[in-house]
Amino acid sequence: MTLEEVKNGLKDYDGPEMNIMEVCGSHTGAIAKNGIPGMLSEKIHLLSGPGCPVCVTPSSYVDKLLELAKDPKNCIVTFGDLIRVPGSAKANLSSARGEGARVEMVYSPMDTLDLAEKDPETDFIFAAVGFETTTPVYALLVDEIVRNDIKNIKLLTAIRTMPEVIRFLMGSGAPIDGFIAPGHVSVVTGTHIYEPIARDFSIPFGVAGFKGPELLAAIYGIVEEYGHGVVKNFYPSAVKADGNPAARALIDKYFEKYDAAWRGMGIVKGSGKILREEYRYLDAGSLGLDADHKANPACCCDKVLMGKMRPYECPLYGKVCTPMNPQGACMVSTEGSCFSYLSNHRKDK
Amino acid sequence: MEEKIMMVHGSGGSATGELIDEIFDREFSNATLDQMEDSAVVPGARQIAMTTDSFVVTPAEFRGGDIGRLCVCGTVNDLLMRGAVPKYLTCGFILEEGLDVALLKRVVHSMAKTAEEAGVHIVAGDTKVVNGNGELYINTAGVGFVSEGVDIAAGNARTGDAIIVSGNVGDHHAAILSERMNIDTDIESDNAPLVDIVSNLLNSGIHVHTLRDVTRGGLATVLKELSGQSKKTFVIEENKVPVTSKVADFAGLLGLDPLYMGNEGKLVAIVDSHDADKALDIIRDSKYGKNAAIIGEVKEDSEGKLIETTELGGERELDILQGEGLPRIC
Repeated sequence: MTLEEVKNGLKDYDGPEMNIMEVCGSHTGAIAKNGIPGMLSEKIHLLSGPGCPVCVTPSSYVDKLLELAKDPKNCIVTFGDLIRVPGSAKANLSSARGEGARVEMVYSPMDTLDLAEKDPETDFIFAAVGFETTTPVYALLVDEIVRNDIKNIKLLTAIRTMPEVIRFLMGSGAPIDGFIAPGHVSVVTGTHIYEPIARDFSIPFGVAGFKGPELLAAIYGIVEEYGHGVVKNFYPSAVKADGNPAARALIDKYFEKYDAAWRGMGIVKGSGKILREEYRYLDAGSLGLDADHKANPACCCDKVLMGKMRPYECPLYGKVCTPMNPQGACMVSTEGSCFSYLSNHRKDK
Repeated sequence: MEEKIMMVHGSGGSATGELIDEIFDREFSNATLDQMEDSAVVPGARQIAMTTDSFVVTPAEFRGGDIGRLCVCGTVNDLLMRGAVPKYLTCGFILEEGLDVALLKRVVHSMAKTAEEAGVHIVAGDTKVVNGNGELYINTAGVGFVSEGVDIAAGNARTGDAIIVSGNVGDHHAAILSERMNIDTDIESDNAPLVDIVSNLLNSGIHVHTLRDVTRGGLATVLKELSGQSKKTFVIEENKVPVTSKVADFAGLLGLDPLYMGNEGKLVAIVDSHDADKALDIIRDSKYGKNAAIIGEVKEDSEGKLIETTELGGERELDILQGEGLPRIC
C-alpha cells in the first residue's frame, strides 16, 4: 500500500466514529508536528492519554520533593520538565530554588554520579519519574550505586507502567476504540504485552514510530481493525514482539511492582515500580505518595488524561492556564496534552 | 598582568588602567577611542538607527564562536535589520572576579576581528568588576546610518510577498547545547555579521519590505511575530526550511524542533514576489548566505497567523516559542 492510499483512506473514511488514543507524549508532539489531525476524516478522533510522565504523577510526589528540597543537606536532581510542575500549593522546584533550595537539572540520570562524587557532603536525590522507557536507566543508576557502595545518592521514584493503566482506562468506561501503542515503551515491553487487553476489550492496538508516515500507517491499521482485538506492529525496525528482555531483567533485579497512584485516576493495581525491599534503603520516601490535590480546583488535567475531555474544553485552558502560568501538569511539560494543543492551536474534535 | 581578574581591576586606579591599556586599547585602538575622552564625538547622518543588547552566553567560548564575536554580530545585525549601515559600537564589560585573563584577551581579540569584518568602530567602552565565579558579560550598543528613502520594518509585509531565510537554522542552539551537555558533535555556531547580505540586497534596487534576524525563539517565533505586526497570514513549507541533517538528528535526539532553535547569523527577508528569485540569488552569492531558501509566502489579512504545511501533507498552526527555551544562549 502506498502512502497516498493510506492518506486517502484516512481522509475518506466513512465507517463508525472512532476515538483513537495515543499514550505517549512524543506521539502527541509528532501528531501535532506533522499536522495529522487535519488529514483525517471527521469520523476519526485522536485523544491524548496518560503518556506524559510528569502529567500523571500525583501532586503529593511534588510535595515530597519540595519537602526534601528544604533540607540544606539535600540537592534534588531532575529532568527539566519536572522543575515547574506545581505541587498541591502551587509551589514548584523552581520557586523552591528561588528560596535557596538546591535543584540540579540533568539530561541523564547517570550525571548524578558525577555530582555525588564531587560533593560527598551533600545527599543527592534523583527524581525518577517515568515509564518503561526510562526505567532501565534508573536501574543502571541503582546498579552503579549498589556496586560502588555510593552513600550520597537516593531516588524518589514515581515509575509507572503502561499496560496496567490502559486496562484501567478501558475498564473505567473511557470512550476509546483503539490505541496508538507507545513506540519507546514497546521497545522495552514488546508487543505481546498488549495482546490480553486487545482481546479482553476487542480493541485494536497499533505500535507506532515517530515519523509522520509511521503514525499514519498505524492509525490506518487501527481503523481497519475496528472492533477487533489485535495488536499490529508498525515500528518493526525498533520494536520486537518480545521487547528487550535484558532491560527488563535489569529492572526486575532492582524494582518490583506496586499499586501506584495516577493523577485523576487514583490507585491503579500493579501500575508502578518501586525499589525492592533489599534496595529500599536507597529510596527517599516514594511509598504512600498517593494523595492528589489540584493546585487550582477547576483544573481538568484528570479528565484530559483519561480522554474524557479535550484540552481546549477545560475552562482554564489558554486563559488562566498557560505555559507561563500553568495550573496543571499537562500545561507544563512539552509532552503534556494541554501544552501541545495550545502551542499548535489544535482544535480538532 | 595577573592571570585572573581581581576586584582591584575595577578600582578605577592603576590596575584598571593596566587592564584597559593591555587588553582593550591594544585590540580596539582607533582615532576616536585613542582620545580617551568621556564620550566619543563622531560624524553623523540625517537618520540614525540605534540599538543595544547584552550578552551572557555560557560557555563564553563554543564551537564556531565566542561571546566576543557574538556581541558584535548581535548588535550589528540588529542595526542592519532596519536597513542601516552599522558604524559605531560601544561596549560595557561586567567581569566577575576570578575571570581568566587569557580568556578575556581571546574574547576581546575576537570582538576586534569581528568589528573589522563588519566595518564598525568600537568608539567607547566601560569595565566593571564584580564578585562571582569568573564569568563575563558584555553589553554592546550600536549606531548605524540610514539612507534617505529606506523603509524596512516589521509591519511592511504585503500579501503575495516571498519569505526568504538566509541559511540553515538551529546551528547556534545545537552548538551551545552540545557544549553544555558534553555531546561530541562538530556542529558550529552560525554567529556572523550579515553586512554583506543586507548591503547587497539594498544596493540591488530590490523591494525589501522586512528584514529580521532570527535569534532566540527561532524561525517560528520570528515569523509569528512578523505576521502579527503586519497583520497577515504567513504560510511556510516544512520541507523548504533549510536544516542540516546533523542539526535535524541532534534536535530529534533531544526532542527539539529546529523551527524553535536559536540562531546568531540568520535573517528572514520578506520581499516583493517579483523580486523573490533575484533576492535569493543575491543572498546566496553573499557571505554567510549560500544556503538561503524561499520558504513561504505572505497570504491574506488576518490577526497574524503562521501556518506550516508539513512534509506529510498536513497543516499545523505555529505559535511563538512557549515555555522557557534554552537559557543563556546569547
